[in-house]
Amino acid sequence: MTTDLTRASASELADLLASGETSSVEVTRALLARTHDVDTDVHAYLHVDHDGALASARDVDERRGRGEALHQLAGVPIAVKDVLATKGLPTTCGSKILEGWVPPYDATVVARLREAGMPILGKTNMDEFAMGSSTEHSAYGPTRNPWDLDRIPGGSGGGSSAVVASFQAPLAIGTDTGGSIRQPAAVTGTVGTKPTYGGVSRYGLVALASSLDQAGPCTRTVLDAALLHEVIGGHDPMDSTSIDAPVPPVVEAARRADVKGMKIGIVRELTGDGFQAGVQARFDESVQHLVDAGAEVVEVSCPSFTAALAAYYLILPSEASSNLAKFDAMRFGLRVLPEGVDAPSAEQVMAATRDAGFGDEVKRRIILGTYALSSGYYDAYYGSAQKVRRLIADDFARAFETADVLVSPTAPTTAFRFGDKIDDPMAMYLNDIATIPANLAGVPGMSLPSGLADEDGLPAGFQILAPAAADDRLYAVGAALEQRLLASWGGPLLNRAPHLTNASIASADATAGATTSADVTKGEGA
Amino acid sequence: MAELTRDDVAHLAGLARIDLSDAELDKMVGELGIILESVAVVQQAPIEGVEPMSHPMPIVNVTRPDVVRPSLAADAVLAGAPAADQQRFSVPRILDED
Repeated sequence: MTTDLTRASASELADLLASGETSSVEVTRALLARTHDVDTDVHAYLHVDHDGALASARDVDERRGRGEALHQLAGVPIAVKDVLATKGLPTTCGSKILEGWVPPYDATVVARLREAGMPILGKTNMDEFAMGSSTEHSAYGPTRNPWDLDRIPGGSGGGSSAVVASFQAPLAIGTDTGGSIRQPAAVTGTVGTKPTYGGVSRYGLVALASSLDQAGPCTRTVLDAALLHEVIGGHDPMDSTSIDAPVPPVVEAARRADVKGMKIGIVRELTGDGFQAGVQARFDESVQHLVDAGAEVVEVSCPSFTAALAAYYLILPSEASSNLAKFDAMRFGLRVLPEGVDAPSAEQVMAATRDAGFGDEVKRRIILGTYALSSGYYDAYYGSAQKVRRLIADDFARAFETADVLVSPTAPTTAFRFGDKIDDPMAMYLNDIATIPANLAGVPGMSLPSGLADEDGLPAGFQILAPAAADDRLYAVGAALEQRLLASWGGPLLNRAPHLTNASIASADATAGATTSADVTKGEGA
Repeated sequence: MAELTRDDVAHLAGLARIDLSDAELDKMVGELGIILESVAVVQQAPIEGVEPMSHPMPIVNVTRPDVVRPSLAADAVLAGAPAADQQRFSVPRILDED
């Protein structure tokens, strides 16, 4: 057998497992070996569950051997973002305040992966509590982009994008509050979907902003994303915002890849100015591919999108300041006693712990949210933001009257260098300008690679947005575009990524295990 | 827009129960000022008479039959606690001593 098990898609692995050409143990071992070789450089994982993954793989192999009926993805390993509770496996959310915490229960998403017989390889790195677009806000050091180790892998789910882009896992789970699945996918040349709000259970997902958060698939192909979407989607009585309806027919849509007669809306406010020339060029070509496949292009205007970023950076901090109040040093996580205080009060311990346990960006957003919600400022800030949110939802509703899906570049630029935006919060926030509107309105979105930008040879992303509960349209359009792009490239885009090997570890040794982004920017990379 | 002072930020940090150092306070005053100026554009949008939206879909109350179900075992829950005593969370004092 000549298949490189680390490069095979989840769908291909499922076929190889079903036909008995490989075993889950063999696949899991190959991926763990790959992690051993490359993750000192990439740092996609915060925790690798070597033994647990192999035990699940062995179990599913035995069940297959006995002739049990198994889920299609049974035996296909997966990595999980460290913001989802995993029973018996550390869950830190990239924060010191949860260092060493081992949840006593599984998130529903994780439980569904286990029920499907998918070995969990480990927990992936992220910006602390999912606040960021680069993983530079992880308390455990950044993840590096497999395309260029001196550049960011996107964020907050940079660990999940990098783990699939560096062939350490065929699948990963991400979460998307303002673009944290889609923007990392764009800058690493991978695929990511944010399902319709309520399409995937949030039970056991440590909340950043409850009205925006949604978990979804991170993969290398559109079909793999659909297969994973189907596993994790669907109603969950443990989440009162979970939609009580069947998962849209995403796998069927991905297999048919049919866009004939479909109306593709280009959002005027999300193209042109502010978008890197090479990103825009790949976007324009992708639109032409869809036209060649039988789609019709219309231009739509969503004027309120220009205020989406501002509304988001009021709504998110407001919800986050409330959600993160539970980290109070009483029931779980870190407890730090204030210095020089005899018999400190609970309140003093709380304040000392939260100062020591939260990073700068988390503190910044908690205080911003506290301000936006405080009496006297509530109407001017949080209240106004909620009204803008309504205008954005109305813009989407109008746009979907003339278009079946909306499209834009996923992120304004390709991956930037470590340190470039870390001292300028507003510049960092601008990365999410095209992805944020979907979270505010609750509609589903996907990013898939559109090619490499001419200026820097780095991946650019193509974003597709669909009406709520029409997630299948993302997959129809994504799969049709992917087919044509693959044909034009002569193979997967990731084949053009630099070869990561053990050898590169030597040159990056100085930065390996770095705990601050400042250390990384000094490194030469590989 | 109201100008955010160092005292304001110290007050907000107190409300949020974060014991910011002097250096952190100095840094945060400037950063928050810039962010607030940027996000204030929400006030310029045509929001007059617009119904605020707190959630992407209509929120309805969800109920379930009142049936007893197994819950987490006490020791599993207490395993992650900073301190535990006699099957309970052990916490610092909440009242003044006098």
